[in-house]
Amino acid sequence: MRWYLKVIPPLFLLLAWEVASILINNPFILPTPTSVALVLLSPMADILGSGSIIDNALLSIWRVILGFGLAVLCAVPAGIIIGRYRIIDELVNPLIQLFRPIPPLAWVPLALAWFKIGLASIVFIIFIGSFFPVLINTIDGVRRVNRTWIETALIYGAKGWKLLVYVIIPAAAPAIWTGLRVGFGVAWMCVVAAEMLPGTNSGIGYLIMYSYNWGQVQVIIAGMIVIGIIGIGADLLFRTIEKKKFQWQEMNR
Amino acid sequence: MTVVIQDVGKIFETRTREPVTALGGITLEIQKGEFVAILGPSGCGKTTLLRMIAGLDTPTTGSILVEGKPVTGPDPRLAMIFQEYSLYPWRTVRANVAFSLQMRGVAKEERDTITDRFIRLVGLDGFADSYPYELSGGMRQRVAVARALATDPAVLLMDEPFGALDAQTRNRMQKELLEIWENTRKTVVFVTHSVDEAVYLADRIIVLSPRPGRLSAIFDVRFSRPRDRTSVEFASLRRDVLELIDQLEESQ
Ligand SMILES: Nc1ncnc2c1ncn2[C@@H]1O[C@H](COP(=O)(O)OP(=O)(O)OP(=O)(O)O)[C@@H](O)[C@H]1O
Ligand SMILES: [Mg+2]
Repeated sequence: MRWYLKVIPPLFLLLAWEVASILINNPFILPTPTSVALVLLSPMADILGSGSIIDNALLSIWRVILGFGLAVLCAVPAGIIIGRYRIIDELVNPLIQLFRPIPPLAWVPLALAWFKIGLASIVFIIFIGSFFPVLINTIDGVRRVNRTWIETALIYGAKGWKLLVYVIIPAAAPAIWTGLRVGFGVAWMCVVAAEMLPGTNSGIGYLIMYSYNWGQVQVIIAGMIVIGIIGIGADLLFRTIEKKKFQWQEMNR
Repeated sequence: MTVVIQDVGKIFETRTREPVTALGGITLEIQKGEFVAILGPSGCGKTTLLRMIAGLDTPTTGSILVEGKPVTGPDPRLAMIFQEYSLYPWRTVRANVAFSLQMRGVAKEERDTITDRFIRLVGLDGFADSYPYELSGGMRQRVAVARALATDPAVLLMDEPFGALDAQTRNRMQKELLEIWENTRKTVVFVTHSVDEAVYLADRIIVLSPRPGRLSAIFDVRFSRPRDRTSVEFASLRRDVLELIDQLEESQ
């Protein structure tokens, strides 16, 4: 697409925002773009004694890495086993179907009961949120591995772990990677939501909630923009690596 | 005898339908270094027969011996080349050809030497670091041939390896395959739908009947290679085989 077509909608939104904020003329409802920009331009500045935007964002990212990393460590091996062995699939599939539709935030009360307020609860919520997308995509990827690839490997002497490492996993890698990308997106949403819960005292979600209590709407919007940018950035990173590493997939026939 | 097929039959049990008898009893002996083509109508069990020789399926009746020993599963004495989609797209040409050597634990240097030799043999020097998606269909099948030869199998099983190629590429591949076969003297079992291909390539043509596949006729192809497709003997043998296949299909 022509690049200038892409910039028209954001510019239009910005203009509409500017006009609306002037008409409303109340920074507690809709601050001007300029005041938000000012917050964004000094991301290292302390905000009402809760640390800077950068500090809080980094903390949120760290929490996501913990929860998401744990989810990946559990979901990828589990998915490979479930995808490989029909019996195990039939055994655990009802459980997966049962737990999958429960929104991660519905786990919050249980998380609080088990881990109290703090890092462990937040990591747990993120874990739950990213576990299922990674698991489902891994199972699917492993199950769909081209039969000819597996039979070729058998003919050429691959068995057991070698078959897994040299054929099944590379063949399923694009699907697993998609699972990671989706899972990371969910993890990022979960951390922000979890940080808004009462009792937390750090993270970008907390910063937004805290600013609300102090009527700092320009910080809320600035925080939302940062959340969006980090989300897009992560997605872009995943997609870039996907393009480079799994180029074979698009052109495979 | 390199391959001895003793009264081999295959019945597939299916969950939804009646059991399918894919192959009636087939008895066949293939000599060392022989090039055998298998012809027959679609669904008569050619692929099934090849898969059983390769150890990917087990016969319901009968037995298969390769170099005197029964085949009980995938086996280093046998290599199989599929019609398509068998290369690993995430591996380069070199890594694809080296696959079996790597699986069998051959050291890197030795692997590279062997691999390079077979890449050269199939005329792909300069493409060792390319990926399969960067190659044409014909080149991909050459990689598959190189990969199969690199394992130094006693028998090369080929299931319509050139079926997906255009006529021109196909003819060239047939010629190259014969050259490779003459250099390596592997035993080849070659499944095809093309009578022309079978007459051009094989020492012997096995014709199977419609399902359940049984041995219907064996044609010896006596004239010397390289064979001239426009010669009288070529045309007359091709006509004989075609007539038989037509009869088989009508009587069905
Ligand atoms: N795994 C299977 N389960 C059930 N039936 C099967 C299975 N594999 C093959 N068949 C049946 O066995 C018969 C022979 O199949 P096969 O693939 O060997 O035929 P073919 O001669 O190779 O055909 P084509 O020329 O079309 O490749 C067919 O009727 C097929 O439906
Ligand atoms: Mg077939």
